[in-house]
Amino acid sequence: MALIKCENVSFSYENTSVIKNLNFEVNQGDYLCIVGENGSGKSTLIKGILGLKSAADGKITRGDGLKKNETGYLPQQTPAQKDFPASVYEVVLSGRLNSRGLKPFYSKTDKQSAIDNIKRLNIEHLAKRSYRDLSGGQQQRVLLARALCASKKILLLDEPVTGLDPIVTDDMYQLIEELNKKENITIIMVSHDIKSSVKYASHILHLNGDKTFFGTTDDYIKSPVGKYFFAEDIQHV
Amino acid sequence: MFDTIITMFSYEFFRRAVIGGSLIALCAALLGVSLVLKRYSMIGDGLSHVGFGALAIAAAVNAAAPLEIAIPIVIAAAFFLLRISENSKIKGDSAIAIISTASLAVGITVATMTTGMNTDINSYLFGSIIAMSQKDIIICIILSIIVIIMYIFFYNKIFAVTFDESFAKATGTKANIYNMIIAFLTALTVTVGMKMMGSLLISSLIIFPAITSMRICKRFKTVVICSAVIAVLCSVSGLILSYLYNSPTGASIVITNVCLLIIFSIVGNISDKINAHKFSK
Ligand SMILES: Nc1ncnc2c1ncn2[C@@H]1O[C@H](COP(=O)(O)OP(=O)(O)O)[C@@H](O)[C@H]1O
Ligand SMILES: [Mg+2]
Repeated sequence: MALIKCENVSFSYENTSVIKNLNFEVNQGDYLCIVGENGSGKSTLIKGILGLKSAADGKITRGDGLKKNETGYLPQQTPAQKDFPASVYEVVLSGRLNSRGLKPFYSKTDKQSAIDNIKRLNIEHLAKRSYRDLSGGQQQRVLLARALCASKKILLLDEPVTGLDPIVTDDMYQLIEELNKKENITIIMVSHDIKSSVKYASHILHLNGDKTFFGTTDDYIKSPVGKYFFAEDIQHV
Repeated sequence: MFDTIITMFSYEFFRRAVIGGSLIALCAALLGVSLVLKRYSMIGDGLSHVGFGALAIAAAVNAAAPLEIAIPIVIAAAFFLLRISENSKIKGDSAIAIISTASLAVGITVATMTTGMNTDINSYLFGSIIAMSQKDIIICIILSIIVIIMYIFFYNKIFAVTFDESFAKATGTKANIYNMIIAFLTALTVTVGMKMMGSLLISSLIIFPAITSMRICKRFKTVVICSAVIAVLCSVSGLILSYLYNSPTGASIVITNVCLLIIFSIVGNISDKINAHKFSK
């Protein structure tokens, strides 16, 4: 059974339809990239999968015993939390909350996991700094470390590399690939970067109005939509 | 000076005021950190007005036990205001303003029609920390024990829900429950605190310490601890001022809070400049 299955799913905001009749499924170990233009509904779909927004129509099912507290999430940055007084360590550690259940305090394992993920993202030197004093790219890495603390089976990322410089971007892609290959964590990533998506993902979902594509990356490259966008993207580079 | 202070504390009423005032301020400050950061500080303000209306009606219905009647009403209002602010930020603000002015108007009308503007109603509006009874002190102590234990027990959850509610929800934390716990505790604190601080000043106890400590503190934990310390410090020094200069108690406490906010803002600005200088090198 699929980890996540969307059947005829539609989303809308106050009667404005954003996504219509979408069908796709994600299996354990998949690496799915969601691509599409601004406003095509990528973030909306991620929120739908996470249960933060309910579908106007259709059905989203979680299979394979996937529980909510096995999910990691890197949101697209919202300006509201940018001036929050919290240390990097506090933010990252809060990712472990879903392993706690009703127990009130963090265990040694939780704290170690936070430290490990801080090291993994090369932000040890920032651990004691205040989140609000960091640059956008540094904040992004802090939030990814928090997401890693929360991911047991699946990780959803909404534009994880936006605002990062090229070297850090490469590191980020490597890290995500490693999680997927070595730890068998399922990845669902929203991306603007079609070239990297094609390079790393096993499946592509291209939101494009009526001409939405869902399939393996190989099929995507051969498809008319894929050919068009992929070729265009390469020309730009 | 020393003698004056010793004389002050020899009075039963003053000791009660210090204990009660500090405890209420402490609870309000703890909750205030989350309310301010979640941009929910209007809820505290709205609740204090709803609380006034509820207390006025409760006093008219059953003069012996107004708190017992008012607390459930304010808790219900807290959940309602929370729902409004969650659903739409802008409409939420005006809805809260409408509810709070309406409650204030209803409260004053009911009060003047039944008992007249007697001392009780007056103290609900402007506070009378000096007039605390033995029973009030016991209620304060029970309330603060509830708030502090729940706050410590749910501290990590409150942090997560305050910092990023979507993330908390998406990763399996029942954020709504913790929002409701915050609203519930705020309702309790506001209703009990109103009798001393007055409806018009209780919301300042929620907002000031949090805002002040955020000028300097950089971690959530230090913001919480610092707010608690500031709240207690300001209440005690406000009470002393009020005793020495015979000034209204609630107003004196707010004034000490304002002074501290100004000091912290200046210090925060200077240290930011120094830090910026360090990092630019
Ligand atoms: N909270 C909201 N209320 C109303 N409309 C929204 C809201 N969020 C997004 N939209 C609209 O839905 C569409 C899709 O948005 P989004 O999912 O953020 O797109 P993407 O992430 O692909 O750029 C956009 O047209 C946007 O204006
Ligand atoms: Mg988006």
